Amino acid sequence: MKYIEAIRQAMYDEMARDERVFVLGEDVGKGGVLNTTQGLRDAFGSARVLDTPLSESAIVGVAIGAAMHGMRPIAEMQFADFIFPATNQIISEAAKIRYRSNNDWEAPLVIRVPYGATGGGALYHSQCPESVFFGTPGLKIVAPATTADAYALLVAAVRDPDPVLYFEHKKCYLSISGSLSPDPVRIGQANVQRVGTDVTVITYGVVLHDVLRAAEIAAARDGVSVHVLDVRTLQPLDTEAIVEAASHTGKVMIVHEDNKTGGVGAEIAALICEHALFDLDAPIVRVCGPDVHAVAMSPTLEKAFLINEEMLVRAIMTLARA
Amino acid sequence: MEAQHAAGSWTEALWRRCYETVVRARTYDEMAHVLQRSGKVAFHVSGIGQETAQAAAACALNTETDLFFPYYRDYAFMIALGMSVDELMLSLFLKAADPNSGGRQMVGHFGCKRLRVFTGSSPVATQIPHAVGAAYAARLRGEEAVAFVSFGEGSSNQGDFHEGCNFAGVHQLPVIFFCQNNRYAISVPERWQVAGRIVDRAHGYGFTGVRVDGNDAFAVYDAVRTARDRARAGEGPTLIEAMVYRIQPHSTADNDLLYRTREEIEQHRARDGCSAMRAYGIEAGMWSMAQEDALRAQCAHALKQAIEYAERAPYADASTLCDHIVAEGGQR
Repeated sequence: MKYIEAIRQAMYDEMARDERVFVLGEDVGKGGVLNTTQGLRDAFGSARVLDTPLSESAIVGVAIGAAMHGMRPIAEMQFADFIFPATNQIISEAAKIRYRSNNDWEAPLVIRVPYGATGGGALYHSQCPESVFFGTPGLKIVAPATTADAYALLVAAVRDPDPVLYFEHKKCYLSISGSLSPDPVRIGQANVQRVGTDVTVITYGVVLHDVLRAAEIAAARDGVSVHVLDVRTLQPLDTEAIVEAASHTGKVMIVHEDNKTGGVGAEIAALICEHALFDLDAPIVRVCGPDVHAVAMSPTLEKAFLINEEMLVRAIMTLARA
Repeated sequence: MEAQHAAGSWTEALWRRCYETVVRARTYDEMAHVLQRSGKVAFHVSGIGQETAQAAAACALNTETDLFFPYYRDYAFMIALGMSVDELMLSLFLKAADPNSGGRQMVGHFGCKRLRVFTGSSPVATQIPHAVGAAYAARLRGEEAVAFVSFGEGSSNQGDFHEGCNFAGVHQLPVIFFCQNNRYAISVPERWQVAGRIVDRAHGYGFTGVRVDGNDAFAVYDAVRTARDRARAGEGPTLIEAMVYRIQPHSTADNDLLYRTREEIEQHRARDGCSAMRAYGIEAGMWSMAQEDALRAQCAHALKQAIEYAERAPYADASTLCDHIVAEGGQR
């Protein structure tokens, strides 16, 4: 099963299981511009697969109102790049509904956010805006990288009593396949993707797969053993798993596609410093998107922005020798 | 007004409910101002001059089925729905038992599930899409509910007003958009907020707009009742623009004489809906000055007791700071 099919299947299964669940967003009726909601309108009707006006703040605001009135909406942002008009509804409203009402009200909604560079998306169809929301109390943020996690974390998000931002990397849609796991995944639970002894890489999103390939190359070419932790949930971060993974090798590299400055990696590094500084044998290394807005349309500039396998192998080797 | 009363469906009991609500709200509001000025409470934001519109609107709605999204001046509206003066006082004194937020939010940031009042915030107009969403949920579930959302004319310039109205118009949702045009968004007068009339925007969203004199309880009641009937009949939303005047400064932190004159305020005070309602009641033989005195005495007594109660009530324990950021326990 492909990653995109897992997302679709999770929505289908949750809508079939619970009639409070409905999907709303731009063009979701026809299947979505990225095809994630294909077939849902035929199965559940246009009232539960609701085409909205082109109006992101209303998509989230309406979802909040429906969630407070007992529904379990899944609101789709067509592209992560277009989430910003809804930011006030997400940060000022959804995130604070429970706290500000002293637990009288809750807003159990999911906001699906297709993010990241796929090639040819340019500045406004490629961004990784997770750091804008990261650190906002009351929000949960997940970012699955595998098919099994795409399914399990979407199911967990729909069933969660609080607002969840579900970051789905567009490059994973068709390029990542796998089987579904019968085991549920708890929000806030990282996953060791590869066991190793020399260098620990902590990552999330599509670059996990670049990291895993780089780890194979480093092992085959230079005999370097790489330990890989996929955090899967950005908020709350799995501090215990991060500290354990860092201490396991004493050499830590953090990888994400989002910009380096103020990215989630900065918080991961801070957690390691707080809890495991004396277990480290070398300074923490971050391999992240440069502090450029996003990829450009020009293929040369796009390539120069993105993290690739070679870059990762070099960084792993340098850290292994440090 | 006589004719409207006779022609409308107002009973003496309805008039009394509405008028008593206005007086309860007015006396609460005046007391809150005194409490702030005497240093007993931190902050107050007033609804004086808007109570008639609020109370009449609430009387036209169904408190058992409808869904309420008030804004921060809606004291009369909240009292009409059933929030007690004790509860308002707990909120003003920021105490743990405040049903709106347990002292977490500023006064006037209403929210009370028991009364079907959805929690609100300070960034204005954000509650408008919430009302639309709740109305959509109600329709999906086949409920009879109508969502009622109020806001000021300043809020009508926010994107969320436009996005919410458009969404509700497209899907013909049972929503009443109730704009309390009190002529000032803090210091900026209506003429620098909007070039046209707010009510006229309804046509652009494909639904009905009605402008009423907010000091005229009968007119407001009729407009809200008609809007509610329309919503219940599946005929979609209505935008009501109730013309009122904010008698008090924006809040206790504002000096309104920096941007308006005493004469202007006094002119509007003379048109106050509370006095007009009382005069009407007396003329119609439904009310007497003796009853007025008794009501005022009852309000004063209730306020005194509420203040004593709220002063004695505990603040939230510091250990609760991190409570309810997210739900305790897992999935539901």
